[in-house]
Amino acid sequence: MDRLLIGCGAGFSGDRVDAAGPVVRTLIERGGPAALMFEMLAERTLATAQLARRLDPELGYEPLLELELRPVLADCLNHGITIVGNFGAANPRGAAQMIRRLARELGLVPPRIAVVSGDDLSSKAGRQVIRDCLPGGFDDDRFVCANVYQGAFEIAGAIKAGAQIVVTGRVADPSLALGPAIAHFGWGRTDWDLLAAATMAGHLLECGTQVTGGYFADPGKKDVPGMHDVGFPIAEISPDGACVITKASGTGGLVDARTVKEQLLYELHDPAAYITPDVVADISEAEVTELGPDCVRLSGVRGHARTATLKANVFFDGGWFGEGEISYAGPNAQARARLAMDMMQKRMGKVLDLRFDLIGVLSIIGDDAGRLLESIPDGQSTDIRLRVAGKHEDVRVIDRLLRDVTALWTGGPAGGGGVRVAKRQRLLTQSCLVPRDQAPATFEFLA
Amino acid sequence: MNEIQLYELAHARTGDKGNRINISLIAYRPEDFDLLVAQVTESRVAEHFAYRRPARVVRYLLPKIGAMNFVLDDVLDGGVNDSLNLDMHGKTLSFHLLALPILVACQRT
Repeated sequence: MDRLLIGCGAGFSGDRVDAAGPVVRTLIERGGPAALMFEMLAERTLATAQLARRLDPELGYEPLLELELRPVLADCLNHGITIVGNFGAANPRGAAQMIRRLARELGLVPPRIAVVSGDDLSSKAGRQVIRDCLPGGFDDDRFVCANVYQGAFEIAGAIKAGAQIVVTGRVADPSLALGPAIAHFGWGRTDWDLLAAATMAGHLLECGTQVTGGYFADPGKKDVPGMHDVGFPIAEISPDGACVITKASGTGGLVDARTVKEQLLYELHDPAAYITPDVVADISEAEVTELGPDCVRLSGVRGHARTATLKANVFFDGGWFGEGEISYAGPNAQARARLAMDMMQKRMGKVLDLRFDLIGVLSIIGDDAGRLLESIPDGQSTDIRLRVAGKHEDVRVIDRLLRDVTALWTGGPAGGGGVRVAKRQRLLTQSCLVPRDQAPATFEFLA
Repeated sequence: MNEIQLYELAHARTGDKGNRINISLIAYRPEDFDLLVAQVTESRVAEHFAYRRPARVVRYLLPKIGAMNFVLDDVLDGGVNDSLNLDMHGKTLSFHLLALPILVACQRT
């Protein structure tokens, strides 16, 4: 059996739209069976997509989808490269229709597009499933959406049935790579070691350049060549599940043992139990070996039986978030910034909890309660931006906070400049476990 | 003995899920792994992040790749959708961990 190449065209919603071109060219150069995956959902993205679909039933799929696919669709279809993406987000059918329109516009033979569904539990029946599973109660009035993480077998089923493009909503990120591998190698539902190995290959691919030097560079310590043009990853999966990570030809970036190890552990908890809908992967004995330049093998992954439940993310309306900023510079800048902070606390601190940051002093590793900021003495910085942030059920309270920040223009400490304010709706996330039979996945072809 | 930053010996990356983060810690040189295991303990990491009030800190060891994985519960002020922090994901916290002081034999510097 031939090895399978899987390229990655995107690692999140909003990723570079020029990424997939070099990946597809490399897949074609290397020849043989290949797939291209697009991972474009995060915990937050799907709920945002559900809100977009509420406003317009035609929307709710990945907003960059057309820009992502236009440069590579013809090449993929002409060279038999299967495209798999969770770019359906809250509206997989809408995404599939858009791809069909794009193919028509490009003058291509209409592709066979499959849509995987079953993840969306926002309907009345789905809501009942969530209600039974969610610890701590369920607020109907504030409910926005619920999606369960589906796995790889429906993706594989669609490919085996002839799909050239598979559109999904919420599936576990690594399942996007595992699906084509199952279809290609014919693995069964209890081939735990094989499923786990390809799952970890998918995990290495799922964040795009995070395994090829993106999110890795630290000048002088971990240098990465060609950061402006970091290439996207390609995994070569063997029939025994072992994978070799490489990247698109003629691009910047690097793949070495360090980049692979960082991504291997990314968003993992217990390394012996990485739970996906398909398998429980165990990398506690895994090995990472550099085979050559930009070529690293992952081996020794083991698998255990999948769990009886699927994880669901449930989103509720969380009121409003607002933030405002103003800058102070030069002599005594910190004292003036802290005076503005004190004004805000006295005027609004009783109405809502406020978070303060002194950008240029402490603005990132601090906590919302400000314990660390309190402990930091005034230093030498003379270029400081005060940031105030708060959240509240009532948008009018947030508006009042933002007006108060704006009023620092004329009524605050001396020399304040560059006021900016912004607000947005908040979504609260909860997770729960749903019995598999309560959320079966299916696929169908776009008619 | 000499004090250096963990940064000199290891690299790290943060990931987040809900209100929980993990920070991988990977030794540059396999021979430093035991030193890291001895000094970068659960209790020291908990202390280093004490101002964020972690509910729990768990360390997992991966000796075959010279790495460990720290999982910190309830340190994101609610997580990506709830925190007021500029860095809602806590992504910068890997480098906060790398500021941890480590004692090494004098000849190491």
